[in-house]
Amino acid sequence: MGTLASVIEQQGFATVAISCIREQAVTTSPPRALHCEFPLGRPLGKPNDVDFQREVLNAVFDLLNEPSGPVLTDYPIEIIDDADSPLSCTIPPADTSDRNPAAAEALGLLPAWRRTNEKYGRTTVGKVITAEQVPDMLDLFTRVAEGEAWQEVGLPGDPTKIAADVKNFYEEASLSLSDSAPSARSAESWFVQHTQAGQAIQKARVNMKESGANFYFWYYLLPMTQHHEPTDL
Amino acid sequence: MSDKQVRSMLSSLEGFVFDDVPWTSPKPLSESRVAIVTTAGLTVDGNADWNAGDQGFKIIPKGNDDLTLAHYSPNFDRTGWIVDKNVVFPIDRLEEMAEEGIVGSVAETHISFMGAQPDHTLETIRMDSGPAAAQALREDNVDIVLLIPV
Repeated sequence: MGTLASVIEQQGFATVAISCIREQAVTTSPPRALHCEFPLGRPLGKPNDVDFQREVLNAVFDLLNEPSGPVLTDYPIEIIDDADSPLSCTIPPADTSDRNPAAAEALGLLPAWRRTNEKYGRTTVGKVITAEQVPDMLDLFTRVAEGEAWQEVGLPGDPTKIAADVKNFYEEASLSLSDSAPSARSAESWFVQHTQAGQAIQKARVNMKESGANFYFWYYLLPMTQHHEPTDL
Repeated sequence: MSDKQVRSMLSSLEGFVFDDVPWTSPKPLSESRVAIVTTAGLTVDGNADWNAGDQGFKIIPKGNDDLTLAHYSPNFDRTGWIVDKNVVFPIDRLEEMAEEGIVGSVAETHISFMGAQPDHTLETIRMDSGPAAAQALREDNVDIVLLIPV
């Protein structure tokens, strides 16, 4: 972000930037930056909190009053993510006695995902697959978790993108299964640690790593702070 | 506390450093046209797939509410974005500030790049796509750019 800010400033625009990783703002010296220690992915801090978002914008636009730069200031309020407190939500059952547990679980979540999609009109599923394909993908990841080579199970594209589609599907479904919008990363921790799908992808990730898969493919299969090694599984 | 770990792991990444930090004196905010430049990897064509390493940009027209967050990295929260786009792309907040006279006007043209680029020199952004995005903003008479990462 710091370099991009300087590129645009150099083109004749006055820029103000929110910073989310302070050391990078120090290194790259954007002309005017406000560092906000908010959850990554939520640069305005709080979803659905108009007043809070306005205060952040007021603070970042205040930097336009600085006579010279670069200037880097810190927003006085910090917000910590909730990865340590996984979301609690019950997965609806599906009549899927013939499917493996992860696929059955995803089938049970499809109505919830559709409700979220209808309510908010946004999804991050669709890098490679649709929401309806998630159960089939979990059949494939389960086979990798059980020891088959990931290149040979028929994944229809980059496994990291398919895993992202699965994770995003679960997180979006969870929004219709809990009472309020989750705090940052609580749905992620629920997915990785408390669902059949998350555990299948974790085991697949470990198998891919141990079998010498390209770093990119196993490293980006799950968020890097959710990598659990075999001794943890 | 995952973000703390991510920030720690990413804090030592090197970025391109300009010899001299550029500086453009701003007009008063209340007389300025403001555009957002996000690095969230937003698209308006329904495409949820933005490849790591792609330093191109997308134009986000004001009023287009059919936005997709296509960033490749799994290492940040997306649930906030789903329930409120403004926590990433605060277009409604800017419109309110324009209606109140705090901001002169909100641009018709906004821009999305994708952050967390593997090439930390950002050569394409510096030499090609960054100036091209700036030209699109110039054609919309933008004065001030609000940059927002994820």
